[in-house]
Amino acid sequence: MSSKTDNKKDKDLMEREDKLKAKELTGDDAVVKNYQSQTEIHAHPGEVQPKDIDVKAIEPPKRKSQWAEVWKRLIKNKAAIVGMIVILILLLTAIFADFIAPYHYSTQDLQNVRMAPNADNWFGTDNFGRDIFSRVVYGSRISIQVGFIAVFVAMIVGGALGSISGYYSGRIDNVIMRLMDILLAIPGILLAIAIAAALGPGLVNVMIAVGIASIPRYARIVRASVLSLRDQEFVEAARAVGANDFRIITKYILPNCMAPIIVQGTLGVAEAILAAAGLSFIGLGIQPPIPEWGAMLSTARTYIRDAWWMSIFPGLAIMITIFGLNLLGDGLRDALDPRLKG
Amino acid sequence: MSKNILEVKNLKKYFKTPKGMLHAVDDVNFFIKEGETLGLVGESGCGKSTTGRAILRLVEPTSGEVNFEGKNIVDFNGAQMREARKNMQIIFQDPYASLNPRMNLGQIIAEPLLINKVFKERKQVTDRVKELMDTVGLTPRLLNAFPHELDGGRRQRVGVARALALNPKFIVQDEPVSALDVSIQAQILNLMQDIQEELGLTYLFISHDLSVVKHVSDRIAVMYLGKIVELSDYNAIFKNPLHPYTQALLSAIPVPRVDAPDNMIILEGDVPSPVNPPEGCRFYGRCRYRQDICKAKTPELREYEPERFVACHLVEELQK
Repeated sequence: MSSKTDNKKDKDLMEREDKLKAKELTGDDAVVKNYQSQTEIHAHPGEVQPKDIDVKAIEPPKRKSQWAEVWKRLIKNKAAIVGMIVILILLLTAIFADFIAPYHYSTQDLQNVRMAPNADNWFGTDNFGRDIFSRVVYGSRISIQVGFIAVFVAMIVGGALGSISGYYSGRIDNVIMRLMDILLAIPGILLAIAIAAALGPGLVNVMIAVGIASIPRYARIVRASVLSLRDQEFVEAARAVGANDFRIITKYILPNCMAPIIVQGTLGVAEAILAAAGLSFIGLGIQPPIPEWGAMLSTARTYIRDAWWMSIFPGLAIMITIFGLNLLGDGLRDALDPRLKG
Repeated sequence: MSKNILEVKNLKKYFKTPKGMLHAVDDVNFFIKEGETLGLVGESGCGKSTTGRAILRLVEPTSGEVNFEGKNIVDFNGAQMREARKNMQIIFQDPYASLNPRMNLGQIIAEPLLINKVFKERKQVTDRVKELMDTVGLTPRLLNAFPHELDGGRRQRVGVARALALNPKFIVQDEPVSALDVSIQAQILNLMQDIQEELGLTYLFISHDLSVVKHVSDRIAVMYLGKIVELSDYNAIFKNPLHPYTQALLSAIPVPRVDAPDNMIILEGDVPSPVNPPEGCRFYGRCRYRQDICKAKTPELREYEPERFVACHLVEELQK
């Protein structure tokens, strides 16, 4: 008998004792009887347990929900906490921009243009004498909206297309993936420019443009994961018990390819923010005077020699946001994989 | 004896490959009596697993009939098939791959019950799951555990519990123990036999492990390259194998004695490709007794003696 089996026996024995305690069957007799039944069970593992134990009455130890477990693992990861704090600060800034910003984002003070950082204007002022700190604070609203909404839309549409494509394969797969190839053949930013140019400038159109441009990426990632999972035995097992395609995709396949999607998603938010900045730069994105980090950056480019603060602070805002999203993305990937559970 | 619960007639499954048609299962015929275990043996790639999956229509058969309780399930539509699957289940080879890593044991075992809407209340489902876990020797404390927390043997018990959830009459066991180590193998095999006795189940037991098949089967079918070459009672097949391939296969079972005479039949050559196989006996190229007729004509599986089926032209001659 291997030691493994012995260990198992001990463990089972302990469990059984617990059950007995639950039933208030204590005393030597009970233990002896319990031991005998235990050995018997081991000789024939299929043996039904003795009738004096009602299995239905046994309550398994309470477990937290799966999301609570993910949360627990996530907060063990220091880098992820830093990322979360950054994102949280960003969200709070966006929500409470009206209270945080000392000035309105469009208030001009033409006597104090391009002022270096000082007590009144912490980040200095721009070429119209507008307070850069206030503009960076308000700018967080735009960036968060564009980043998250564009990625969310792209993820849903791309995810749906990718899973249909990977699961059904054949002609449907071919049609969808060739369409995605067409989208991929055009560089993302160029595609976004084309869409934004067609739809006209504005916040919503920027989100649509950036969203559509990143659909093929999610479609590809999801399709690849689905392909690798589709022929797994647990999917076949689900089919054998009568699960339909929708249930198989939503309960068996997609939960198992969450990790790459989430990682791609957090990186995607960062890229969407950059793409929106690019669009604003060429005049197809957010229109002035609405503050947008990318637009601020491109205006500041002209003055970078004598007014470094104009480009440094929006640039830092973008950098820190993206850094935080990446840290959080990495942490989520580890936390979402139960096999890494300690 | 009891009636036939399952009859497989002329079952074929071909796969399209760039080189041509791969004859994974080629014209297979057999039946399984209610309450018995039919062992299906053969080397890797001979089509055993495909046969098991084709019976459940997990892979769609190319042609042929699968009559379960008198009805040909190959003609069933989606809803009928879902109904039929309540009576026909499968246990998979790899207990590591056959359980969804994102679900805990309670969810995995409850899936068949939830999908088929067996119970109305959540509580009833949980009770049934606990009952099933008890039947297969898992403590209900593991209800919320995830598959990766268990060893192979316990995982396989989860697979068994899932297959039993809908009270099936017939279970295909696709190499249920070949991924487990020997001590655990015995536990699972005994568990399966106890459950069979208790619930009156019928098994199709697929394996390449002859000692395991010998242990569990009432009758044994030997498969070679997509075809059944011999099918008979387990005693008869081990005492006196009729087909030259079966003879070679059984001679390969190691004898745990140093001074045992070496009677092993070494086959020449390799298993030919199942893509576009030529006419004639599939075993022709490797058979010790081959004759011209073997190449010209494909031998049919025929009843040589009562209850003994063999697919060989020369069997009468060889038995003299």
